[in-house]
Amino acid sequence: MQVNDNKDFQPTIVAFCCNWCSYAGADLSGTNRLQYPANVKIIRIPCSCRLNPIFILRAFQRGADGVILCGCHPGDCHYTTGNYYARRRMSLLFSMLDYLGIEKERTRVEWVSAAEGAKFAATMNEFVDAVTKLGRNHRLEDLRCKKQ
Amino acid sequence: MQEAMKARAKELLADGSVNRVAGWKIGEFSYDITPAIFETAEEIDRDFVYDDFCGANLSKYLISQSRKEGKILVFLKPCDSYSFAQLLKEHRIIRENVYIIGIECYGKADINKIREKGIDGVLGIKESGSSFVIDSIYGEATVPKMDVYAERCLVCKSKKHAVYDELIGEEGDVVPSSRFDKVAELEAMTPDERFEFWRGELSRCIRCNACRNVCPACSCENCVFDNPNSGIANKAAADSFEENMFHIIRAFHVAGRCTDCGECSRVCPQNIPLHLLNRKFIKDINEFYGEYQAGENPDEKAPLTNFTFDDCEPSIVYKRGGNQ
Repeated sequence: MQVNDNKDFQPTIVAFCCNWCSYAGADLSGTNRLQYPANVKIIRIPCSCRLNPIFILRAFQRGADGVILCGCHPGDCHYTTGNYYARRRMSLLFSMLDYLGIEKERTRVEWVSAAEGAKFAATMNEFVDAVTKLGRNHRLEDLRCKKQ
Repeated sequence: MQEAMKARAKELLADGSVNRVAGWKIGEFSYDITPAIFETAEEIDRDFVYDDFCGANLSKYLISQSRKEGKILVFLKPCDSYSFAQLLKEHRIIRENVYIIGIECYGKADINKIREKGIDGVLGIKESGSSFVIDSIYGEATVPKMDVYAERCLVCKSKKHAVYDELIGEEGDVVPSSRFDKVAELEAMTPDERFEFWRGELSRCIRCNACRNVCPACSCENCVFDNPNSGIANKAAADSFEENMFHIIRAFHVAGRCTDCGECSRVCPQNIPLHLLNRKFIKDINEFYGEYQAGENPDEKAPLTNFTFDDCEPSIVYKRGGNQ
């Protein structure tokens, strides 16, 4: 398990994983018995470019403290070019979130192939750590969606 | 200028080359100029105006107007013509049904800046050299043009039309613009300061949707914000999250297509500087993917419908901008 400075705070991380690479990569890290924190909730999407920017905001609204998008490495997209578009969109969106003063460490894009189970686990460990340090997401939260 | 425009509009109506004219008329107040469609010479004589309050961009109306019977004449200022060209590129306007007269523009007055100068009850505006003579119920006042030009006009990016059939007045040129200065200033702040700044601005939003409705780039028939299942359709923002979400998504949906005409900020009843969100995207696109001006080149692909193999990774965001 992770050693966190703040033992009480368990962040909620939403990981959007592309069906063809990263979801299989997550599966592989499971079959290899690599550990990554249970804070990560995986949502499978057909391709990284399926990720509508609204999904990220919605995830924050419903209580996520960090959102990570995992997709095939550029050049390896199952649909040939999907992740190239996703890459542009996410660059602009993350930059905009930063511009509005929302911590930029809460969002991330990582390319994880189906063979990179170890990378998936390492990425998630690192990301959960980073978000735990940041603490609860206050700047993009919706109080109506909070559990009392 | 106004007389030349009226004369040419009536001429084109009379010889049958167009059957409607898109222009401006006085709205509720004389400074509140409204876009209007004119069908007869009498209407033009009576209502047509073109003065320094005619900031409204007529391009968006052509989406529906160009689908009607006959041809329509439209007057476009240089920045409006960029919006028109962008819509044309997206196949939203039927070009054959539109006759464009490009008109020169040296900047439009912002009624809020006039009010800030303590001038109320405005009845009209006239040009006189480097100042505006503002006629009000309390008498005439003279103010330097630079003091009351709209922000978007002070940082005008082009006096050259992207598209036109004929011109009234002189064609200008693309001009150097300092429009990204304010964005750079915000980028240099700390995230906390930026957050405070945007809370201060966006929390005033009343979700009237005027910015969306006026935007020439925002022209979807079914808007994501009208989706009854979205939970955010047609209602005031309930909390800070919805304010942020609406404005992030609104700006994101026009990223790469926004020509920076500044209509969003002009119509905002709460005076939120919405153009700063759009300009952030334009600035980022310029920095990440090379200079791009929407509406300028009909053959160029929009940045978000295009890619290169060696685009920057989203992690570039962690390395740049702001004090930590």
